[in-house]
Amino acid sequence: MLNAENLWFRYGTHLPWTIQEKSMAVAPGDVIGIMAPSGFGKTTLAKLLAGYLNPAKGNVTLDDKPLPKRSYNPVQLVFQNPELAINPRWRIDRILREGHPPLLRHLDALGISSSWLTRYPHELSGGELQRVAIARVLNPQTRYLIADEMTAMLDANTQALIWQVVLNIARQQQMGLIIISHDARLLNRLCPKCLDLTHTHPSEPNLDEMLPTY
Amino acid sequence: MLSISNLSITFTQYNQGLRRKHLHVITDLSLDVQAGEVVAVVGSSGSGKSLLAHTLLGILPTNAEYTGTLLFQGQPLTQKRCERLRGRAIALVPQSVAYLDPLMKVGHQVQRVAQLNGVSPAAARTLTHQTFQRYDLATNTQRRYPFQLSGGMARRVLVSTAVVTQADLVIADEPTPGLHPDVVREALTHLRELAEAGRGVILITHDIEAALQIADRIAVFYAGTTVEIAAAQDFSTGRLRHPYTQALWRSLPKNDFIPLPGNQPNPEQLPEGCLFSDRCPWVTPECTANRPALRQINNGWVRCIHA
Ligand code: SF4
Repeated sequence: MLNAENLWFRYGTHLPWTIQEKSMAVAPGDVIGIMAPSGFGKTTLAKLLAGYLNPAKGNVTLDDKPLPKRSYNPVQLVFQNPELAINPRWRIDRILREGHPPLLRHLDALGISSSWLTRYPHELSGGELQRVAIARVLNPQTRYLIADEMTAMLDANTQALIWQVVLNIARQQQMGLIIISHDARLLNRLCPKCLDLTHTHPSEPNLDEMLPTY
Repeated sequence: MLSISNLSITFTQYNQGLRRKHLHVITDLSLDVQAGEVVAVVGSSGSGKSLLAHTLLGILPTNAEYTGTLLFQGQPLTQKRCERLRGRAIALVPQSVAYLDPLMKVGHQVQRVAQLNGVSPAAARTLTHQTFQRYDLATNTQRRYPFQLSGGMARRVLVSTAVVTQADLVIADEPTPGLHPDVVREALTHLRELAEAGRGVILITHDIEAALQIADRIAVFYAGTTVEIAAAQDFSTGRLRHPYTQALWRSLPKNDFIPLPGNQPNPEQLPEGCLFSDRCPWVTPECTANRPALRQINNGWVRCIHA
């Protein structure tokens, strides 16, 4: 169980609170969506849950223990832009072999072709590189995956492909998923439960309130 | 206003200084844009949609070579002419504030763009003031630095940089990724208004749903070419012509959310004949014989022999 209890966070002692009194619990195999207007601290919450930031008050625990600081972090975070997570000087095969190498069948499922392996990150398109970044965290050591606008930069087809694979693997490995997105329709497709950051209780996504009228 | 026919772009790259390779990044691309319309260019990353913008702005890298015809207001668009028109008759709405000078107040930057268009400093100040007012940007916004803008404010400042140019053709490159739906809608409305005022607008995006909110026509890019040019209403009425466009539409979360297997081909290893043939559910042996030409069907264009 990944547990966040009563989190408070601000970026400086004179700045307003970005996160106030937020609690949530994610069980293995859970798929939870987080939806909120920009400026509500979605990304800050993601970083707190993965231990990238330390809360001013409250705590984050994994199975009642603090997140490990030195070894591989079982709570992994994937952002919108893969460039930030990847060493631009390494070839793709080295990037994939770092840490816990992904299973071959996961690479196949994500459509990662063997011809990409000898290339450098700048020789792949954004969509191709994002699949590499995702493949890296789909190993069995990852117990919880936080996807912060993970497919917001991608075309509909690549987005559908990635989510099909990620949902499948998460189900097989009992990985918990926290999906942060501005796209209510996407969350509606992916998440049985959705958390509206303006409240603290999980709710069904309210499509009428969230969607622009076309 | 803008007419592109059979544009092809090749990059020459050197592998460790020894082997030379040619990458066909754009193949036989054709597209027209009229004054007063929004044409959306939709495609995945690597489909060549941003290279189109770079070509029109004259900022392709030096190892790029192109063939084909580019006409702007009836005259060929040479590299020299691109440079002369850039920021004047052809303007870019940049993707993010990263394109602005981080050390200069935004009011000043917008004013500078106006002056570049031959407006006097005093008139440029007034124009900037009016433009900020029109986009509901408080006067003190002018004194902010780019990093001090919220997402919505940043979009309005970025569109201001194009509005003060009086440009006939405005190109917006990925203006909406990851933004809140309200901000997306507002940014798109501003682009629509530019078209209503008689300008031609090219909206470059990976987001079909955003494109459909404001575009008159949608050009779908795949592997560096236009596979289909359709009216916006063809999407919801099921009148799409090309199997790739149909697959893209079906893969939306609000539709089937089922992806088409396979990958867009690599520019180093383009398939023979139709560039979509290695993924196409309708493929026949004839498809791999020749590159299909763009042809007109039901008031739209499609590059498929079986459409
Ligand atoms: S030409 Fe053939 S392979 Fe290409 S899109 Fe049409 S049916 Fe498919």
